[in-house]
Amino acid sequence: MTQASAVVERTGRIAARFSANANRKLLVPYITAGDPDLDTTLALMHTLVKAGADIIELGVPFSDPMADGPVIQAACERALENNVTLTQVMDMVKQFRDSDQDTAVVLMGYLNPVERLGYKRFAQLASESGVDGVLTVDMPPEEAAELTDELNARQLDSIFLLSPTTPDARLRQVCEKASGYIYYVSLKGVTGAANLNTDEVAAKVAHIQSFASLPVAVGFGIRDAESAAAVSATADAVVVGSVLVSLVGEHGADPDILHQKMFDTVNTMRLAMDAQAGVAA
Amino acid sequence: MNTVTTPFDGEISQEYPDKQGHFGVYGGSFIAETLMDPVSELQEAYERYRLDNEFIAEFEWELKNFVGRPNPLYHARRWSEELGGAQIWLKREDLNHTGAHKINNTVGQALLARRMGKKRIIAETGAGQHGVATATVCARWGMECIVYMGEQDIVRQAPNVYRMKLLGATVVPVTSGSKTLKDALNEAMRDWVGNVDDTFYIIGTAAGPHPYPTMVRDFNSVIGKEIKEQSLEHIGHLPDAIIACVGGGSNAIGAFYPFLDDKQVKLIGVEAGGDGLETGRHAAPLSAGKPGVLHGNRTYLMEDEAGQIIETHSVSAGLDYPGVGPEHAWLKDIGRVQYEVATDSEALAATHKLCRIEGIIPALESAHAIAHAVKIAPTLGKDKNIVVNLSGRGDKDINTLADIEGITL
Repeated sequence: MTQASAVVERTGRIAARFSANANRKLLVPYITAGDPDLDTTLALMHTLVKAGADIIELGVPFSDPMADGPVIQAACERALENNVTLTQVMDMVKQFRDSDQDTAVVLMGYLNPVERLGYKRFAQLASESGVDGVLTVDMPPEEAAELTDELNARQLDSIFLLSPTTPDARLRQVCEKASGYIYYVSLKGVTGAANLNTDEVAAKVAHIQSFASLPVAVGFGIRDAESAAAVSATADAVVVGSVLVSLVGEHGADPDILHQKMFDTVNTMRLAMDAQAGVAA
Repeated sequence: MNTVTTPFDGEISQEYPDKQGHFGVYGGSFIAETLMDPVSELQEAYERYRLDNEFIAEFEWELKNFVGRPNPLYHARRWSEELGGAQIWLKREDLNHTGAHKINNTVGQALLARRMGKKRIIAETGAGQHGVATATVCARWGMECIVYMGEQDIVRQAPNVYRMKLLGATVVPVTSGSKTLKDALNEAMRDWVGNVDDTFYIIGTAAGPHPYPTMVRDFNSVIGKEIKEQSLEHIGHLPDAIIACVGGGSNAIGAFYPFLDDKQVKLIGVEAGGDGLETGRHAAPLSAGKPGVLHGNRTYLMEDEAGQIIETHSVSAGLDYPGVGPEHAWLKDIGRVQYEVATDSEALAATHKLCRIEGIIPALESAHAIAHAVKIAPTLGKDKNIVVNLSGRGDKDINTLADIEGITL
C-alpha cells in the first residue's frame, strides 16, 4: 500500500464552486439515489440545482447503513427494493451530466459496494460518469490509502468526515489526506439526529479552519432555513440531508408535490444563507 | 518473529494482528469518524490492562468463582462407541454460569468497562446468549444494560428475552433490515455513535473494529487453554482434532487459538449450512461467501453481486450472521483451519442424538460442531481423539425444537 498523497491541486467542479464567489456559501443537498427509483432521483437533482444547490451529495444505497438514522435507512430500503446498484447510480450521474456540467456531484455511501466493484474500476466508472468526489462513511483515512490513490489518479476528490470527537492530532492527519472539502459532522449521533448547537459548531468550524487549507462543510442536524443560515455564518458549505430524504419518503408517489416541496425547502435555505452573507441571490 | 507473552495464552509466536488490527488483509477498523476516538480509547485501555497483573488476577478470579471454571472435558463414551471410531470429548462450556461460552468475554469486557469508567453498557444479541451474559455481568457490577435484538430473534428465543429482563436489562427490538443479528449490530453501533462519552459497547463475537476481534479471542482463549491442560491430563497428549461451530466465531477462535502452533492438531470450524449450500439459504460466508467490509472489519461476507449484504438462514439464531470474525478469514486463507458446513437437519439430528445418548441437550449452534463429529469420527481409528466444543446448552432452543416436531409447549 502506498501513502495517499497530500492535498492535490484541483481544477474540477468542487474547487470551481468554492472559488466562484468568496461571499457565497455553498449549499449541499443530500438525497438517496434510487429512492424510490432512479428516474425520480435524476429529476430531483435538476430541481435541487434550480433551488440553489452547488454540490449534490448522492447517497448510494446500502443494506446496512450503520451511521444513518431511521429516515435514510428507510430510503436505502426503498431503493434496494428496486435493486438499485452503485453502477446504476453512476450511469444516472452520466445522464445528469448531459444537461448539467456545473453542479458538482459527490457519491456518499459505505465501502462494501465499492470493494465489490474494485477500487480501480470504481474510480474509472465514477470519473467517466462525471462524479467529482467520493465520501465513504465507514472508511477512515487510516484504511483509505489504496482507494484515495485510485481516486487521485482520476482527479476525484476524497472527502473525509471530522466529528466532535476527533482529537487535534487526528484532525491534522485527516486534513492532510482529504481533498475537495472537509465534512464536519456537527453532532455525536447518526444522520437526522436533533439538537444542533450552532454556537458550538461555529467554534469548532473556526478551529478546523485553522488546520485545514480546504473548505469546511457542516452537516447532520440542519433541518431548516434558520439553522442553515446560522451554520453558514462560519462554515464554507452547509449539507442538508434527512429533511429532504423524508420529503421523498412522504411524497415519493406524487412527483408534482415532491418537486414543489423539495424546491421550496432548499430554496428557502439558499435565500436565508445568501441574506446572512449579504449577497444577492 | 515477534513473540509476545500474554496473560491469556502463555507464549504465542505470531505476528498478528498488526497494530491496526489486521489479520493479513482482514480485520482493521472500518468505522464512522465519530467512533474513531472511542475505539482508539478502547485500544489503549485494552493494550494496558491485558498485561496488568491486577486485571488478570481479577479476571481469573471471576472465571473461577462467578463463571464456574474450569468446566470439564467430558469423554462421551457411549456416543463414541456407537459411532464406532474416534473417541469424542466434549468441552463443557454449556456448564458455565448462564449456559454458554459467552460469559467468558462479557466478564472480561465488563472489567475493562469498569476500569474505563463507563457506566452504560450496550450489546447486540442473536440467540440471546450474549445478551444474557451481558445482562448478567451488568447486574453483577450494577451497570445500566441495553441489549439490541432483532424482532425475529425475540420471537424464536423468547426464554432468553425474559432472562435478560429478569436480570434488569432493557431489550430493544430491532425492526430494520432482516430483523436478526446483523441488524441488532447496526443498531448497537448507532446507539454508540450517539452516546460515546459514557457508553461501552460489549460486542459478543470475534468481529467488529480492532481491538474487538483480538479482545474477544483473548477472553475466550481460556477454552483452548483448558482443553490443552485437560487433554494432557485425560488423554496423555494433545487431541487429534478440535471441532467448533462458527457464526461470528468467538467460541471457535477461543478453542483454536492456543493450538495454532500445534500443527499436529487439526482445527475444524463448522458453519451453518441452513437448507444446504446449493440452495443459497445458509449462513456460511467462509464456505460460500466473498471478502468484503461490514461492521468495522474486512472479512468473508454473504453478499450479492452489487455488494449488498444478503439475508442468511440458519435454524440456529446464534449462527444466523452474514459475516465472520476476521481472524477466521485469515486462518482459512493460510490453511491452518479447515471450514466445513452442517445443515439444519444434520444439526437437528445431532441434537436429538446427544440428548438420548449422553443426556446432554446442546445448543443448536453447538449441534453444528457435533454434527460434523458424527461425520468424521467413524472414519478414524478408536485411538484417535476429537474434542468438540459444546459451546452452549440447548434449553433456550426447546421452543424451536418442539415447533419443528409440531408440538406446542
